[in-house]
Amino acid sequence: MKTVFKKTPVLTNTVMHYCPGCGHGIVHRLVAEVIEELGIQDRTIGFVPVGCAVFGYKYFDIDCVEAAHGRAPAAATGCKRVNPNNVVFTYQGDGDLASIGAAEIVHAAHRGEKITTIFINNAIYGMTGGQMAPTTLVGQKTTTSPYGRDPEHCGKPLRIAEMIATIEGAAYVERVSVDSTPNIRKAKAAIKKAFQCQLDGKGFSLVEVLSSCPTNWGKSPSEAMDWVKSDMIPYYPLGVKKDITNE
Amino acid sequence: MLWTNIFAGFGGQGVLLIGQLLAYAGMYEGKNVSWLPSYGPEMRGGTANCSVVVSDEPVASPCINMANCVIAMNRPSLDKFEANVLPGGKLFINSSIIDKKATRTDIDVYYVPCNEIADSLNNPKVGNMAMLGAYLEATKAVDSKSVIDALLYKLGEKKAHLIPLNEQAIELGKQSVRDQIK
Amino acid sequence: MAKKLMKGCEAIAEAAIQAGCRFFFGYPITPQNDIPEYMSARMPKVGGCFLQAESEVAAINMVYGAAAAGARVMTSSSSPGVSLKQEGISYIAGAELPCVVCNMMRGGPGLGSIQPSQGDYFQATKGGGHGDYHLIVLAPSSVQEAVDLMHNAFDLADIYRTPVMLLADGIIGQMMEPVEFHEHAQRELPAKPWAVTGYDPKSGRQRSIVNSLYIEVDELQEMNDRLQARYAEIREKEVMVEKYKTEGAEVIVCAYGTVARIVKSAIALCEEKGVKVGLVRPITIWPFPEKELKEVMAQDSVKRELTVEISAGQMHEDVRLAINGTKPVDFYGKPGSYTPTAEEIAEYILKTREA
Repeated sequence: MKTVFKKTPVLTNTVMHYCPGCGHGIVHRLVAEVIEELGIQDRTIGFVPVGCAVFGYKYFDIDCVEAAHGRAPAAATGCKRVNPNNVVFTYQGDGDLASIGAAEIVHAAHRGEKITTIFINNAIYGMTGGQMAPTTLVGQKTTTSPYGRDPEHCGKPLRIAEMIATIEGAAYVERVSVDSTPNIRKAKAAIKKAFQCQLDGKGFSLVEVLSSCPTNWGKSPSEAMDWVKSDMIPYYPLGVKKDITNE
Repeated sequence: MLWTNIFAGFGGQGVLLIGQLLAYAGMYEGKNVSWLPSYGPEMRGGTANCSVVVSDEPVASPCINMANCVIAMNRPSLDKFEANVLPGGKLFINSSIIDKKATRTDIDVYYVPCNEIADSLNNPKVGNMAMLGAYLEATKAVDSKSVIDALLYKLGEKKAHLIPLNEQAIELGKQSVRDQIK
Repeated sequence: MAKKLMKGCEAIAEAAIQAGCRFFFGYPITPQNDIPEYMSARMPKVGGCFLQAESEVAAINMVYGAAAAGARVMTSSSSPGVSLKQEGISYIAGAELPCVVCNMMRGGPGLGSIQPSQGDYFQATKGGGHGDYHLIVLAPSSVQEAVDLMHNAFDLADIYRTPVMLLADGIIGQMMEPVEFHEHAQRELPAKPWAVTGYDPKSGRQRSIVNSLYIEVDELQEMNDRLQARYAEIREKEVMVEKYKTEGAEVIVCAYGTVARIVKSAIALCEEKGVKVGLVRPITIWPFPEKELKEVMAQDSVKRELTVEISAGQMHEDVRLAINGTKPVDFYGKPGSYTPTAEEIAEYILKTREA
């Protein structure tokens, strides 16, 4: 029988713990496929976060480090400085990166640290049970914004990709989404470009991925994908925010 | 032999430096030494001081409360540290800018006109070296040659031409003590 | 090799480099700035990396990442900054990584002062972060000893896969003393097959995962048992202590760091009055020299014990546990930054001995 599809060997055979309709599984696969296609499995080090992707080290078939909440960019910095030939990436959610780890991500970009960050924005804290994140949309109900996010009370959602793009040390920043097949293809291209940016020694690269969290949003998987498109993308416009990789 | 010393004065009078030179000189002579500066806000604008120990035995406490010798380069230092001279110890007063006499009678007191000595050499910066000369004459704690070696190390080759000037200041400081002992 | 007069902080930094440390991540705080400053000048010259982090939190996590990659790595700070590092230290202990952390203690709590203090004893020895872990804590009392202990620190960290802390008061850091950089006998060090350096499935080496997350109760238990077994071994093999004039002493003083040296001066003052006083100075404050102190106290000549610290009596708790009520114990010292003088310690000893 003709093989039409094969799981990338950069993912282990461990069954993922993610909920049905969660975007993490898709993004894991994209990252793993990129590592395979670039032929860098034997020198890539993954720094996984505290958040739903905390078990990322079980799924990526590469050397991995579990970082403290928000600190992955700092820990990845230490590793990259020791072995500059390693390809080092962090995989972080929005609580991890946009809230508690805001300083670490800003300064990794500021130093032009030659690492790559995959940032999953699903507008909520997943692992802890659906609390409000800095990326939670205005009016969105969560367990800590039960009346809907009130911008008078706690501000408006943080646009990380745009913010990081303002930093000199950032070489490549793009926002993508995994809500549809065409967007998933674009997401993979962006992730590949971000890793290539590191391989070329251009500087810091970040891909923000708009992703779904049906469980904590109280939606079905298909409703969740629709909500990414109808509510998230208008506030978080997709596209390249910065690219100096050709300079 | 154990010399415990407190060097005190205004920031800029070079008290930390002469304390260090004494420590270096002691080390060159194979003695045990320690140099502990006051640090932090204390240093800014106000008085600076350092504790220097020169000893045949390993230095026990580097923090000096009661000292064999106190070197006061300005009035606040005299006010602060006169009481910290051990009975039978020595107190050195920069008489150029301290108009007050010592009140203690159980110690040896030396009045050293540091600023006048420096002025006579046309270099206001070497007043501290005159004081160090006085200290060396009164205590014989280390040899002045070791102090000059230390100074050469601190100044580096580029500033080695300043050595004769400093030697003169040390010598005049020594002379002032000899004059007082007479 | 000729002796050099060096400031404690700079000597510690040089000793770290000579011990093979090639990565340093830090953040400015007084009174330890001479360490990062020295490192920033020296590291590029020895092919290492100095990086000023955005915070103490980031610095300790950079240490975590570099240690995970198998490097000899160090950070330094002073009390408030070391508080910020506690999260990372707990993770490093949990992930069983080697590293060295230097704390030049200053007065606290809060912003406190920048003067010397010993107020971080509890934090250093009882586990400053969360979880059941210990650091090996080395407490030098001279610049030379700090230099010598630096070599031990890195070796112990590698051998036991644990963070090691060099705990000094601000005086050690700011003071200049003559130092010699001896050749040190290198202990046999284990390889680091666990380091993340890149995994080639064809190589036969297992995948390296540096982690402190063990979600299953029995797995976390296993990790903790492993740590506790290691701590037991450290307690057994790595205690360092100085006993000074303890034989036939009437009073035994316990003190560490610079304070122990002030106590030595106090002992000389007591000797002049014909009173024999000895000193037990823990060099490892964790593991605490419990057995050694007990032995000294068991002498018939010893009537009482006195702990002296620049704290409200932190090490004193370990002293009391060791002596366990067999002889009277006492404490002299103040919390904050007040460094007691030799004269007042001697006076206190002489006064209380008659009481």
